[in-house]
Amino acid sequence: MKAFFLRIYDIWQFILRFFREAFLPPYEVKEIFNQFFEVGIRSLSIISLTGFITGLVFTKQSRSSLAEFGATSWLPSLMAIAIVRALAPLVTALIIAGKVGSNMGAELGSMKVTEQIEAMEVSSSNPFKFLVVSRILATTCIVPVLAIYMGFVGMLGAFLNVHNNEQTSFASFFQQAFMKVGFFDVWTLVFKSIVYGFTIGLAGCYNGYNASQGTVGVGRAANTAVVVSMFLIFVEEMIIVQTQNLFR
Amino acid sequence: MAGTTEKYKIAHPGIDRNNAVVSLRNVRKAFGSLQVLKGVDLDVYKGENVVVLGRSGSGKSVLIKIIAGLLTPDQGTVNVLGSEISLLKTRELRALRVKIGFSFQSSALYDGMNVRDNLEFPLVRNKRHLSRKEIDDAIAQVLDDVGLTQTIRQMPSELSGGQKKRIGIARTLILQPEIMLYDEPTAGLDPVTSVEINDLINEVQERYNTSAVIITHDLTCAKATGDRVIMLSDGCFLRQGSFEEVFDSEDPRIKKFYTYNFISDS
Repeated sequence: MKAFFLRIYDIWQFILRFFREAFLPPYEVKEIFNQFFEVGIRSLSIISLTGFITGLVFTKQSRSSLAEFGATSWLPSLMAIAIVRALAPLVTALIIAGKVGSNMGAELGSMKVTEQIEAMEVSSSNPFKFLVVSRILATTCIVPVLAIYMGFVGMLGAFLNVHNNEQTSFASFFQQAFMKVGFFDVWTLVFKSIVYGFTIGLAGCYNGYNASQGTVGVGRAANTAVVVSMFLIFVEEMIIVQTQNLFR
Repeated sequence: MAGTTEKYKIAHPGIDRNNAVVSLRNVRKAFGSLQVLKGVDLDVYKGENVVVLGRSGSGKSVLIKIIAGLLTPDQGTVNVLGSEISLLKTRELRALRVKIGFSFQSSALYDGMNVRDNLEFPLVRNKRHLSRKEIDDAIAQVLDDVGLTQTIRQMPSELSGGQKKRIGIARTLILQPEIMLYDEPTAGLDPVTSVEINDLINEVQERYNTSAVIITHDLTCAKATGDRVIMLSDGCFLRQGSFEEVFDSEDPRIKKFYTYNFISDS
């Protein structure tokens, strides 16, 4: 029990240090943009593919239920609500947690056990700012962009299915889709994704930066980064949705 | 002393015995119930290469990590270049570390960066006023000093063990430190490369006028690089002096260390 609370305290200190270092100069601008590229551009293909398939399959699965009530015309708005409110931020976050979070855990963990982080410290550099701040900033800023992008690609997948069955035009589909989606939904998508992005960066960096016990520790850091961030993403999803409903 | 084939190092003439750049007093460090250092006193003088010899797990690496401020002693004082390490704030410790070069046993090159970026990393973060040309010149200079100009575009994974050690040393030299800390500089290297690294350590002392603490269990390295040799065993300094003085001893621990070292080398 004591170890658990010590760990919570340690994570809290880590978060405080992140905010302190993030706002104090000098800034690692080059590394931040480098991480934007790593998190963003390098994830585009997998986000595109999963987003498109999610939209397509979800529409296909929903069709039969709506057809029973003769309500297939609701598909565009149903898909827009599902994708914007839940699927886009959640699926994006889970994919980035698996792809980027594990990578961060393994990379920083490996740097820790091979003394590269200590080498940065003794050369009067600030490894926390260079390695941790840049990565957490990158996931926090890029996950919302990717979530919006995935939402768009997911809607294209949904459109393809609807167009094939009902010959609905592109303009008509999106007009119907966004009739039921408001600014509040988009704002919530962005807010959720910021929280998920921060969580992924934090879990990856914290576990990697504090890795120990050689190669076993590196594997454990990568694994814990993914498991913890996915678990937290679901908990956060539940809390945000409950809170969001209070304002709707 | 049979079995020793290397020449002894002649004590460096530039040593200033009135100017201790590193002073440790009654330093103790434990990890859990394991006492690693049990009250160590050490003075390293300006221009002097001090070799700390000892078996694996005797606390050698802990000793230099305490000097570099990477570990905090449980008890005792550590004074480096006139500053009491435990009293320094993060910013002050960072400023002091510019004057301390640390060569890691594993070289600890940043494996995501090529040689040039490895060398540039500490330089651009500590000397922000430098122009691009000055940075290029500094990198070219240290690479020339360690004899590896041709590796500038290579990644650490493409370098041999000896080359990695040299680049690791070059990365510390680029900040022109006053004190060098070498952690097992010849560990894992073949005898020829080990001799080259020993020569490099002496060249660095000459050219950069550094003081150094060299942690090793390699007697050839100790003999070739140490102006003073200290034997560390069970967390205490057993004996110190010139290489000959240290090993001219009837202490069974020292005799055993000497005998086994040369038997295992041969």
